[in-house]
Amino acid sequence: MGKPPIFRLFSLLLIFTLLFTACAPAAAPAADGGAPAEEAAAEGDSAEAAPPPATGGEASAPDDGAVQIPEIEEGKFNVAFVYVGPVGDGGWTYAHNEGREYVETEMGDEVHTAYLESVPEGADAERVIRNLARNGFNAIFTTSFGYMDPTETVAEEFPDTYFVHVSGFKSNGANFGNLFGAMESMKYLVGMIAGARAAADGSNRVGYVAPFPIAEVIRHANAAALGMRQTCPDCQLDIRWIFTWFDPDLERQAAESLIEAGASVVVTGADTPGPVQVAGEKGVYGVGYDSRNACDVDPEHCLTTPYWNWGPIYAQIISSMMDGSYVGGDQYFDVDSGGLGLLGFMDGQEPMAGVPEEVIPQVQELLSQMQAGEFTRFDVFTGPINNNKGEEVVPAGESLTQSDLEGIDADLGATLGRDGCTFCMSWLAEGIVPDAEIPQ
Amino acid sequence: MAFLINLLSAGIRSGTAILFATVGEILAERAGVLNLGVEGMMLMGAVTAYGVAYSTGSAWVGLLAAAAMGGLLALLHAFVTITLRADQVVSGLALTFLGSGLSAVVGAPLVEVAQAPRLPAFNIPLLADLPVLGPILFQHNVMVYIGFLLAPLAWFYVFRTRPGMELRAVGEYPAAADVMGVSVYRTRYLYVVVGGVFAGIAGAALSLAITPLWVEGLTAGQGWIAVGLVIFAGWNPLRAALGSYLFGAIRRLPLDLQNVGFFLRNPTYGYFMNMLPYLFTIAVLVIGSREAMRRRVGAPAALGQPYVREERGK
Repeated sequence: MGKPPIFRLFSLLLIFTLLFTACAPAAAPAADGGAPAEEAAAEGDSAEAAPPPATGGEASAPDDGAVQIPEIEEGKFNVAFVYVGPVGDGGWTYAHNEGREYVETEMGDEVHTAYLESVPEGADAERVIRNLARNGFNAIFTTSFGYMDPTETVAEEFPDTYFVHVSGFKSNGANFGNLFGAMESMKYLVGMIAGARAAADGSNRVGYVAPFPIAEVIRHANAAALGMRQTCPDCQLDIRWIFTWFDPDLERQAAESLIEAGASVVVTGADTPGPVQVAGEKGVYGVGYDSRNACDVDPEHCLTTPYWNWGPIYAQIISSMMDGSYVGGDQYFDVDSGGLGLLGFMDGQEPMAGVPEEVIPQVQELLSQMQAGEFTRFDVFTGPINNNKGEEVVPAGESLTQSDLEGIDADLGATLGRDGCTFCMSWLAEGIVPDAEIPQ
Repeated sequence: MAFLINLLSAGIRSGTAILFATVGEILAERAGVLNLGVEGMMLMGAVTAYGVAYSTGSAWVGLLAAAAMGGLLALLHAFVTITLRADQVVSGLALTFLGSGLSAVVGAPLVEVAQAPRLPAFNIPLLADLPVLGPILFQHNVMVYIGFLLAPLAWFYVFRTRPGMELRAVGEYPAAADVMGVSVYRTRYLYVVVGGVFAGIAGAALSLAITPLWVEGLTAGQGWIAVGLVIFAGWNPLRAALGSYLFGAIRRLPLDLQNVGFFLRNPTYGYFMNMLPYLFTIAVLVIGSREAMRRRVGAPAALGQPYVREERGK
């Protein structure tokens, strides 16, 4: 039997595969079906785009697997970002990467940045974060909820390195803090716009594409419902849970399902602008999310997009680290920080064509109050608030606390040294269709 | 009734990309070559189609480019597995990694491109006005209609024509086919490349018609589903069409059910319903991996085995 030289080919192929996965700033879909691949890309002077040395330098441990840990630049303050998705997702990670590029542009003389994308949450993340710290990065930003515990663990091992975790709730009062922003305020304004539109269309129905039944998503949907009721007291917010942040086909399907059930505006809480496209195809209106160009897919049928503007926030945090004043704690920024945007209503922007005339001054007025710090996330969630069955959940005169907003119960609160929640974010606000429920 | 119409219509549209990829994979596997690179070829097809359509202004040119790209990648797999006789699983996986990574690199600037030309959507005259069937079948984009034609044509080709018979012979008993004067290598090359062409078209159907935009990982695992569906379909293109549309509908069902009645409105069942497509794929793969089962469902006997002339057949 003439045996083919399979082993030689096998190893050739493996090398081939590894080479490509190591150089390409990309990933197989982390979505349910595919095997997630981890990739790395070093960003710095453009000449460095070529593949870095195969082992990643003497500092990196052999257990890196396929991940190429980027190198630091001597003489600068080195900052690394760990992303859960690809920078090309056009949404969540894309917005973070824009923030990183802002830092590079504004502070490039003193600060060097690098990033790792599509890093799976869990054990892999911990190894990646640890190797970044070991390579000498001064600060590491981890930008997904699932990185919380790994970041905490590594922060204990490297007390001289700063760690900032986005969208979580843990911190250690020293070198490890968390960071998030009051997107709910923007969703409230989105609700006002969507409600006005649905009222003008006579449908009185708005749809919401909800990724996961977690406090963050529930908070955003509730804020949208409350805002909607401001401009359209008869409107109802229909909701579809899709159990994923990123699935272009499923996001579109959810939007279609909402429109077929009567919605004339679809607001998405997921990553791609697909729902806005669907709205355009069906001749109704959509609202995007995450990054400021979500409306570009169909400006005529897009009302607005609430987006994250991480750049100034990152720059401010990095400055405070460089002068040694940063103390890791709970940092939750409001609209007045400049870290949040609403397309069509920020400086130098015009409202999109589909926004009803009469709601524009209302939104502008409230937005300027938010920018002045006079209207915050706590004002969005001030009683009386009923749930979608008509029962009162927040009495008149009461406001939600931070723990309420984040749904942190007494047990968890005790471990964090915070008060637990009383009106925990586990209810759907009035305005959401009465028979909708939160999946358990 | 409106519920069913919407569900089936969505299932057909959403299943179309999977259909193209599945039929392509059936042809390759019928020739005896397993290609796990479908996901990668679809991604490369999707990004090529989007980029070319954007820069030339024609979605059709984009579609052609995607087909060529899919074929080219498949040619690589063919060379490695047929000429060099490397392991088909390894080569296929490598192709998927290659496609995922490369599509992200070339596609990076395209993420900012919000609108590329789309393949046309139109109603079929007269038929579209039929009650029930009209909205389900005849109010779609052009790729859906091509999909309708593709499955029966592929079935006819595989089971009722001479080249189709030669294709099956090469996959079942290559030594016998060789003796009969059918070139095993040429046949395998041909159908592996054709399979890649279909996968490229499937990607184009996504980025130019079904989910018309480009973001990294646009396919979100649909290529893997196609690989699973081949087994469900028993290597039969007609059943592949059924499976693809069914799969599309299964994806949509939990969403629509969130709007129906008290019991179903409670989306707690959504976790389970959302699992269905993947349970389905796993079940199919488990069944398909057992030799006895494979015989029963009609797997090509020489699937996955490199052919060496004059080596004793197994």
